[in-house]
Amino acid sequence: MNLATIASLSVGQHLYWRTESVAVHGETLITSWFILGVLGIVSILGNGNLKSIPEGLQNVTEFALEFVRDIAKTQIGEEEHKEWVPFIGTIFLFIFVSNWSGALLPWRVLELPNGELGAPTNDINTTAALALLTSIAYFYAGISKKGISYFKRYVEPAPFLLPINVLEDFTKPLSLCFRLFGNILADELVVGVLLLLVPLLVPVPLMLLGLFTSAIQALVFATLAGAYIGESLEDHH
Amino acid sequence: MNPLIAAASVVAAGLAVGLGSIGPGIGQGTAAGYAVEGIARQPEAEGKIRGALLLSFAFMESLTIYGLVVALALIFANPFAS
Repeated sequence: MNLATIASLSVGQHLYWRTESVAVHGETLITSWFILGVLGIVSILGNGNLKSIPEGLQNVTEFALEFVRDIAKTQIGEEEHKEWVPFIGTIFLFIFVSNWSGALLPWRVLELPNGELGAPTNDINTTAALALLTSIAYFYAGISKKGISYFKRYVEPAPFLLPINVLEDFTKPLSLCFRLFGNILADELVVGVLLLLVPLLVPVPLMLLGLFTSAIQALVFATLAGAYIGESLEDHH
Repeated sequence: MNPLIAAASVVAAGLAVGLGSIGPGIGQGTAAGYAVEGIARQPEAEGKIRGALLLSFAFMESLTIYGLVVALALIFANPFAS
């Protein structure tokens, strides 16, 4: 097999699946479905037959649940975190498994007519969707708890801060989206460029660094989602 | 592509990453320095300090990444290329 085909760089190249009015990015959908499948299978295998003393995969799923619950508890608070654990857990697990699948699985061995397979999070549409979901979640959290008085926070602590508070609602999803997308794409680009220069051994430390930053980015995204939800749930007195 | 736009885009992409990494570089240096100071003063708190340091590193690094996203957009998805 030609090493250059593994190391080729194609940013902004996509495998388009067209219907009459829309074109979707095929490679992102393939990898997203793969990751949803992996997560589903692991949770069915791990939790299909629950035991009070966990064994095998149930250990893994319980560890994941406890980890996510800790994130939610520290960000949202003791009383209200329970109903947000599923949301934050979904976001964390999807991003984490996507990032690591992009860094660990040799997706590029499978050839596509256009574009290449990789982590779904290296497509800005995936991260934008996740960021918008986070926005919707914290609006829902605030409005369902406080009703219309949720919007009072736009004129707090002083009314002249209204424009900045409104702007914040746009910068939050934008920065979430760009942070995740940029980090994952930067990792893949750095590894790809080094693979072009030296195909053996030299990129390995950077791949390990990539694994580390991918995990941290998943943690950061989940932490921030929790922090935003917690912020809109907290009471001002 | 208009050669002037191509040249300007490449220069701007370089500047976006280069200038964008100055601030986070200074910030990460300061944060790491204080973290080391904290560990030296209180070695038993090393785990907590490391956790907070890594999380804040990720936030600082994302500032550089914004510059990188702009640079990538200029090079691979230039809106003025048509």
